Amino acid sequence: MAMRTEPFVVNVGPQHPSTHGVFRLRLTLDGERIVECQMVMGYLHRSMEKLAEERSYTQNIPFTDRTDYLAAMTGNLAYCLAVEKLASVPVPPRAQWIRTIMAELQRIASHCMAIGTFVNDCGAWHTPLLYMMREREKVLDLFELACGARLTTNYMRIGGVSRDLPPEFLPRLRDFVREMPQRIAEYEDLLVENEILIARSRGIGVLPADKAIAYSVSGPMLRGSGVAWDLRKADPYAAYDQVEFDIPVGTNGDCYDRFMVRLAEMRQSVRILEQALDMIPSGPYQTPVPLALQPPPGEAYGRIESPRGELGFYVVSDGGPAPFRFHIRSPSLINLTPLPELVKGMTVADAIVILGSVDIVVGEVDR
Amino acid sequence: MSPFLAEWWDLRDLGNLVGAILDWIGDRGAPSWVPYVLSGIIGIAAVLLWALLSQLAFIWIERRVLGRMQVRLGPNRVGPWGLLQPLADALKVLAKEMVTPSNADRILYWLAPVAVVVPAILVLAVFPFSPGMVVADLNVGVLYIVAVTSTATIAVFMAGWASSNKYSLLGAMRTVAMLISYEVVQVLALLSATAFTGSMRLLDVVAWQDRYNAWLLFLQPLALLSFIIASAVEVNRTPSDIAEAESEIVAGYHTEYGGIRWGMFQLAEYVAGFAVAATITTLWLGGWTLWGLEEWVPGWLIFLAKLYGTFFLFIWLRGTLPRVRIDQLMGFAWKFLLPLMLLNVLLVGAERVVWAETEAPAGVVLPAFAVLNLALTVAMIVGWGALAGGLRPQMRPKRPLLVREVGGIYYQPMP
Repeated sequence: MAMRTEPFVVNVGPQHPSTHGVFRLRLTLDGERIVECQMVMGYLHRSMEKLAEERSYTQNIPFTDRTDYLAAMTGNLAYCLAVEKLASVPVPPRAQWIRTIMAELQRIASHCMAIGTFVNDCGAWHTPLLYMMREREKVLDLFELACGARLTTNYMRIGGVSRDLPPEFLPRLRDFVREMPQRIAEYEDLLVENEILIARSRGIGVLPADKAIAYSVSGPMLRGSGVAWDLRKADPYAAYDQVEFDIPVGTNGDCYDRFMVRLAEMRQSVRILEQALDMIPSGPYQTPVPLALQPPPGEAYGRIESPRGELGFYVVSDGGPAPFRFHIRSPSLINLTPLPELVKGMTVADAIVILGSVDIVVGEVDR
Repeated sequence: MSPFLAEWWDLRDLGNLVGAILDWIGDRGAPSWVPYVLSGIIGIAAVLLWALLSQLAFIWIERRVLGRMQVRLGPNRVGPWGLLQPLADALKVLAKEMVTPSNADRILYWLAPVAVVVPAILVLAVFPFSPGMVVADLNVGVLYIVAVTSTATIAVFMAGWASSNKYSLLGAMRTVAMLISYEVVQVLALLSATAFTGSMRLLDVVAWQDRYNAWLLFLQPLALLSFIIASAVEVNRTPSDIAEAESEIVAGYHTEYGGIRWGMFQLAEYVAGFAVAATITTLWLGGWTLWGLEEWVPGWLIFLAKLYGTFFLFIWLRGTLPRVRIDQLMGFAWKFLLPLMLLNVLLVGAERVVWAETEAPAGVVLPAFAVLNLALTVAMIVGWGALAGGLRPQMRPKRPLLVREVGGIYYQPMP
């Protein structure tokens, strides 16, 4: 006689150490195996898209800090790109380079967080996370130097950046760039060949390339699945057409590959920063635009490769001072969509690891 | 080794002092049961006091050391160098309201924290801190350790069941599965050690190591390794803290416990850790002896130094390693550790027979065994590891490819 087991529903979240914010997974379990997974989101919904329709184009920039609060600079950048496209505002070369530097610093900081929390989800007792916090702290110090804020930077402006780099910024960035490869080597020593980490993440949460494209995931998740796609190369913005870098691509599409792609991307970011340090020109840092900017009627989509994937801002103008429609294509939300399929048949412990490898920011999922 | 002075002021063995007090009471004409009961009470009080103080000390040490490992400072606000932090924590825990979930099985819920602490403290009774400092000198000391520690499983399951919380239940089920599996490995490791020395009495085991001047660490490295791994599971330390697994099931079986009840679980965890460290110290590291130094330094200090050193190992592991998954951990116990330990027990038996048959002097036999066992340990671990796990392609780390052009698809699923 077969033993009868009953499914068992567990709510992982909204308050849970590993949901990276207020996000809820409703797992139906058979023992430790997941039979069904439902995602419940919206706990952090702040109605940003609607709020933005009531505010002027410049006033909307702070919102973009607060969608993806672990990568405020890239949020700023994507929105500014969209509005610049809409209003045809030129951006001076120095501003382009400053934007590139900030975006890459932000990528390092965000990947530090992503890898750290991912390894935490695998059960490490905060050590890798705090190692990476040390480097993230240095990036945030640089941000503070440049714009006075560490987390919600509000630094980019339509037509440039809000202020020029202070004179001590570039020397300190040079120190950081010199130091960072050793730190990344440190992380690699600690994690890459860690038997337990490999056992926990290799072959777990495999997302094949065709499925990854079908779900339209992007960023390290797409590259982990073996698709060489990076908007910095495919549709260059800022000064990315002038720098050289490689796209790290995984071959298995599992959690381990996503983690390794992020680690390798940090090295590439350092490489871009090195080039930027040599190539940044002097000159104006902003094209003056009226505070109450009124772009001509039309629509524009600005997209960048944020640390999490393709971050797009779709802005429609009716000629007035506020956008008629404001939409955010947030990579966190879209990368999350294959999750129920990925975790089916896995154990609870795997589900947490898979969720960690997706690297969501709930502020961006719910907006 | 010269005999210990039996004077009461000889700090090398606090047992002398207790003996002197009891003699003094006996001389005053007290009935004979009074010193007997009193000696028990003094022993229990001393062990409890030591356990509690050590726990407070180790909360501080663990937090400071982990802080240093994690490039931060650790607690440094309460008292000099944060030394009073454990006291502040203890006061906070004591002052907290004790909430009982409305669906809880109240009796079990109340009983579980007590039931988990009692065996943890009971087991400390058999460890010889120095030749005269042992609360209960049992001739089946090793068996007693196994018997008493395994009862904690029931208490943990009680906690998980009574909380009526799904995370707790998951944690409790994991705990039961895990503890029972690793109990087997633990017993086999202890069996290897005791079979070598020929006694289950812990005093005898230490005396044996002292007589032949050979710690079992050198003679039984594989048993020690297995015991450390199994113990890390038993006391819920990081590579295997699956029962609590903060990132998965919040806090496992004690999710619903707060205040001093949670403190009891914490106490039990630390005391069980001390018991494990004491077992390792006694059986593998020569107990209170240190190649003659015990004549000058109190033996119990040497014992404590070894014990704390061993416990530090667990802190270190916690600061370094991620957690394995429950099925991987169970597989490791049954497919890897258990066969190795069975082989090891066989080996120990063979060596004992060889030693008894040849009647060779210990100075020849023991170094030979040490070299042989170390070589076999390495060979068995590497061989079995290659057979069981290392040959799987997915275990080999693979760096991502670096691509210059966008658009290509490099997805190659693993076989």
